[in-house]
Amino acid sequence: MAAATMSPFFSQNINQNSLVPDWTSQEVSTGTTIMAVEYDGGVVIGADSRTTTGAYIANRVTDKLTPIHDRIFCCRSGSAADTQAIADVVTYQLGFHSIELDAPPLVETAANLFRASCYKYREELSAGILVAGWDQRRGGQVYCVPIGGMLVRQPVSVGGSGSSYIYGYMDSNYKPNMTKDQCLELVGAAVALAMERDGSSGGVIRLASISEAGVERRVILGNQLPKCSTH
Amino acid sequence: MATLIVNQPPVGGFSFDHCKRNAYLLGEANKVGSSLPTARKTGTTICGIVFKDGVILGADTRATEGMVVADKNCSKIHHISSNIYCCGAGTAADTEMTTQIISSNLELHALSTGRVPRVATANRMLKQMLFRYQGHIGAALVLGGVDCNGPHLYSIYPHGSTDKLPYVTMGSGSLAAMAVFEDRYKPDMEEEDAKRLVRDAIAAGIFNDLGSGSNIDLCVITKGNLDYIRPHEEANKKGVRTGDYKYKRGTTGVLSKAVTPLNLEVVEESVLTMDTS
Repeated sequence: MAAATMSPFFSQNINQNSLVPDWTSQEVSTGTTIMAVEYDGGVVIGADSRTTTGAYIANRVTDKLTPIHDRIFCCRSGSAADTQAIADVVTYQLGFHSIELDAPPLVETAANLFRASCYKYREELSAGILVAGWDQRRGGQVYCVPIGGMLVRQPVSVGGSGSSYIYGYMDSNYKPNMTKDQCLELVGAAVALAMERDGSSGGVIRLASISEAGVERRVILGNQLPKCSTH
Repeated sequence: MATLIVNQPPVGGFSFDHCKRNAYLLGEANKVGSSLPTARKTGTTICGIVFKDGVILGADTRATEGMVVADKNCSKIHHISSNIYCCGAGTAADTEMTTQIISSNLELHALSTGRVPRVATANRMLKQMLFRYQGHIGAALVLGGVDCNGPHLYSIYPHGSTDKLPYVTMGSGSLAAMAVFEDRYKPDMEEEDAKRLVRDAIAAGIFNDLGSGSNIDLCVITKGNLDYIRPHEEANKKGVRTGDYKYKRGTTGVLSKAVTPLNLEVVEESVLTMDTS
């Protein structure tokens, strides 16, 4: 699906005579390629690092993998403002819930909190989110909360404008019961391919693996990207 | 049969009714061929960097109203707290009022907590306010300061998204300024090098962007010290006129002078009272 930039309620009449160029009035979009994969014992998540305002790259080193709790992360795509605001709200709600529970929260709970916000304000928001993490009850889980506020658990999921280019790669290369390192390779290669083809995705690849032991983060810089066979 | 009217409780949240009305009025005005008065925008080049001891914020000083320069020397670096400053691009009124509101709230917050305010707090307050107004407040900000956790720099967009980065630029001249930063930024620069880099970035915006101009303002924030340098450099000095079209007294020689009084008599006199009500 094409990059979801929020179409404003009331279209701004862009004054062609103005000294201020077009991209200063465009909303900040995360364009994006995001991906999450479950493995036995945890999840691997990955994202590109480009945030755009129109045709200008506002931030080329964005971190789209946002911690919601100790062992729960979310991958953000869509409007930067909307996803940051929702993530902040859910972080607060989940933190409060966890204190009340006196136990680490479930990934399903976090996913439901995201779904609740995304569905209730579906007309106003433009946010596609992947919730991924590890909990004691069900191990590694990936939940997909796309635009509109659906909630579905999937073993592997991609999102963002760049995802269209890697559905085929994902479908043919994902096998159940992969190891953590195989998952890291899969996510790295998939995001790299999407970054090659999607204009709204680029920069560096941010990866994270979440398991009972904790969270391991790494970055693949531009010159270390996996090489594709076409060039 | 009588109609049942159910009293609906007032719906919470911000009311965007006037936005619909304004959009309609704009449409009506455009049909007639005229346009509504535009808010004054600051065109602008603003930027900030994190260097070894703190942050440096820079800004130009031109405020434009359409194609006309409304203010040749406006101040775009706003005070948030003694250790936190904020540059503003976009609608001048919006940046001014937003920074003042957050500055006031932050001072109260600091008195309440008994602590020196943190940049992250100011960032939260700003982003939550801007998100609440869904982008209708046209304020694009560069927020920088030094607190107990070190130097921090944020860029805040009108819709409420923020980025925490080592160097940021905003405004119509941001591309020119970013080009300078991408070329010469290094982590942990010395103060003089960092000041020169910010000065060059703003200068790039001033000389290559029509919406930016006039002088360069700098603000150097380090732990326990603040340097608000306004202006750091007068990049555009008004020139001195080398010639004058006026003729001086004495250019034309007077040959003779004759004074003739004219005898006038009053023909008609009428008194018109001025309506001072």
